[in-house]
Amino acid sequence: MNKYTEDDLREELKTKEYEYGFYTDIESETFPVGLNEDIVRAISKKKEEPEWMTEWRLDAFKIWKEMEEPEWANVNYEKPDFQAISYYSAPNSKPKYESLDEVDPELLATFEKLGISLDEQKKLAGVAMDVVVDSVSVATTFKKTLAEKGIIFCSISEAIQEHPELVKKYIGTVVPKTDNFYAALNSAVFSDGSFCYIPKGVKCPMELSTYFRINQAGTGQFERTLVIADEGSYVSYLEGCTAPSRDENQLHAAVVELIALDDAEIKYSTVQNWYPGNAEGKGGVFNFVTKRGLCETNSKISWTQVETGSAVTWKYPSCVLKGDNSVGEFYSIAVTNNFQQADTGTKMIHLGKNTKSTIISKGISAGKSQNSYRGLVQINSRAENARNFSQCDSLLMGNECGAHTFPYIEAKNKSAQIEHEATTSKIGEDQIFYCNQRGIDTEKAIALIVNGFSKEVLNKLPMEFAVEAQKLLEISLEGSVG
Amino acid sequence: MELKEKLLSSFLAFENQVNVDSYVHDVRSEAIKTFEDKGFPNKKDEAWKYTSLNKVLKEDYSVFAKDAEALDYKDVKQYFIHDIDSYKIVFIDGKYSSHLSETTHDGMDVCLMSAALTKPKYHVVIKNYFNKVAKDESLSALNTAFSREGAFIHIPKNKLAEKPIQIIHFSTGNESALMLQPRNLIIVDENSHVQIIERHQSLTDNAILTNSVTEIFANKRAIVDYYKVQNDKQTSSLIDNTYINQKDQSHVSVHTFAFGGKLTRNNLNFYQNGERIDSTMKGITIIGDKQHVDHNTLVHHIEPNCESHQDYKGIFGDSSTGVFNGKVVVEKEAQKTNAFQANNNILISDKATINTKPQLEIFADDVKCSHGCTIGQLDESAMFYLRSRGIPEKEAKALLMYAFANNVLESVKIPELKKRINKLIANKLGVNIGFDL
Repeated sequence: MNKYTEDDLREELKTKEYEYGFYTDIESETFPVGLNEDIVRAISKKKEEPEWMTEWRLDAFKIWKEMEEPEWANVNYEKPDFQAISYYSAPNSKPKYESLDEVDPELLATFEKLGISLDEQKKLAGVAMDVVVDSVSVATTFKKTLAEKGIIFCSISEAIQEHPELVKKYIGTVVPKTDNFYAALNSAVFSDGSFCYIPKGVKCPMELSTYFRINQAGTGQFERTLVIADEGSYVSYLEGCTAPSRDENQLHAAVVELIALDDAEIKYSTVQNWYPGNAEGKGGVFNFVTKRGLCETNSKISWTQVETGSAVTWKYPSCVLKGDNSVGEFYSIAVTNNFQQADTGTKMIHLGKNTKSTIISKGISAGKSQNSYRGLVQINSRAENARNFSQCDSLLMGNECGAHTFPYIEAKNKSAQIEHEATTSKIGEDQIFYCNQRGIDTEKAIALIVNGFSKEVLNKLPMEFAVEAQKLLEISLEGSVG
Repeated sequence: MELKEKLLSSFLAFENQVNVDSYVHDVRSEAIKTFEDKGFPNKKDEAWKYTSLNKVLKEDYSVFAKDAEALDYKDVKQYFIHDIDSYKIVFIDGKYSSHLSETTHDGMDVCLMSAALTKPKYHVVIKNYFNKVAKDESLSALNTAFSREGAFIHIPKNKLAEKPIQIIHFSTGNESALMLQPRNLIIVDENSHVQIIERHQSLTDNAILTNSVTEIFANKRAIVDYYKVQNDKQTSSLIDNTYINQKDQSHVSVHTFAFGGKLTRNNLNFYQNGERIDSTMKGITIIGDKQHVDHNTLVHHIEPNCESHQDYKGIFGDSSTGVFNGKVVVEKEAQKTNAFQANNNILISDKATINTKPQLEIFADDVKCSHGCTIGQLDESAMFYLRSRGIPEKEAKALLMYAFANNVLESVKIPELKKRINKLIANKLGVNIGFDL
């Protein structure tokens, strides 16, 4: 499956200094810095939102003001000053485009650099893109194909205008405004994001995908994603991220809510490659994300993530297994290098009978980075025959990094079956020697071994992503072992 | 008056009873300040997330016990491992009972903490060891502040303690509710070997809260086997804080058998200050009713080439709660560490709860660390196998549970103790199995 050759890698490595670190000069409309009720109102007004949405935001803002930033995570960073951030920034070239020709050519060039040429995308594989640059959706493809099936795939602001009944019914039901500090902040100021609704019994014919980018200096990105899979439907959703290289820390506090109704299945894959800061640990994105899915009877939610970027990651894609026989899965690779810090994992809350969950987490730490797995498996007293399998493996490269595991397991039902395994290891000298003997140089040998280590998770990614992810792993770890 | 206030004011009274000009008293004064600042731990502390002391602290405990009547050996014989020759250090309501004890100064010291803290000849030892490994966590500090009595064991170089030492704390219920704070100090010098059995036993239905601190120093090549038998009444609670400092090539093992008590919290901390050290901690927990047992372990790997093994088994019935919170820290210098941690649990009731958190914090790359944790039930097919051979359900279940707990028992090195534990397990499971494992 790997079309990516060694020569490509060599080329890649030459330019490894954050290849996506460029900045598109598009005139943006940016709000003054700071956050207060007026700003929240202004955001809401800007997006021409109905009254209930404005109230919802203001309520969230009130809750947020009362909350304190969490400190329990195993990460150290300089806390962002929430009053020094501009909460809205949108590309200026409005209104929305009907075709690609109307899109700002400079913007198109950006996508070109990112490897997502829209025209190509249209013709190529069945991937529909809802491209988000600095919070406002500027181009949507394949909308018509999807519309024929009754699938709604649009930006959340559009959904608020056009499908208020759906948004109103589901928004905040999985991640309530009161959930945590960042979720409350996001609820108050979210600028845009994606909305997806798959009607009853429909199998979405293509992988849905969005690209998020943080573009304007000093603007936090507050994305809100809502995916609803109605009874018996199926959808696979991809999310990939890159951000330009910048010196000051950028904040990203997204909320993703998934709702799988009876017999539905959602597969949500993420590749996150935001700017991790330079080799001295300066700069980089703060990634504080709340992702959660709700499973009704016989439904399934599967999270797959490849986390290679960001200076600080704080992210726990979770499943609430509410319905009987529902299934939750979590597959994760987290790579940290230099001064990166990642505290990531999942929560599996078993409420229904015969619910199953699987957790496979692979952490790779190199340089001076800290990589933590933090997970919760909770079996409630009425969750008969619940089953969980967790495995978290860590790979350490060098002796200045750290790997940590914090698994919480709470069982309140006697029929529960829970297994948890964790190992920590390093790349064996014998493994390297074996490869060297066969003419594979050390750098490539490491890439090979890391790939093998991560295989279980990489295999869960959709094809296009798997290739990209493999590439990312190699780039992120380049030079980490001497 | 709240217990905290009561303790703080009691400290003033306590000062009148002890020599305040000593080194130890400086340590005590420092400790009471720490306790005053920190107070009792609550659920907001990460280490106490699953164990609440609120219910236990509600009682109006007396801090100083009245003198108790002497106990007759025949009445309490059952709580001793009586079929072997051993040294015994026995306390009744926190006071030393010379009548029941058997101590020695012959070639080694098996005696009292009160003697060690006051007599000049122990001055140097106390200065070198007392409160040197215990950390200033609030409960340990509280114990330090009130430390006066307990066991003091000092095994000099190249000495094999020929018989095990039993440390037993009885409480008689002279007071309607009593708080005990025994303090033990155990020093095992180079090449020496000692086996210790510790037990806390209440003889009453009155509330008892024991907040115990034990410091163990294992010097080079020392071997220490420590057994904790916890099969107390439903009205007694125990907070056991054990701190172990190990030097090069020493082997220390701690076995904890938690079968009783209202609330039991075992804080077991190993610090490996040397190379080629082996630390073993094993435990069997079998509880029912509304009992609560919490094992909180820490192994701190500081230097290279060391090993640690943890194996905790738990069987939880009725509305009981089991907590396991195991933490392994491997420092950057501690290369070639092997650390293993296993926690296996069986839930036999729908109301029972298990919370487990096996935690690894690793900063070195050339290490082998693993942890495993399971929660499950008895194997149905194994049950069927036994039933089909005419073994009644209860016995069949008990057999399987025996088998489940067996590899912890295997490493018990005192045969009589092993037999006793077997009997306790059988009692606990309500069966009579006519063989030893």
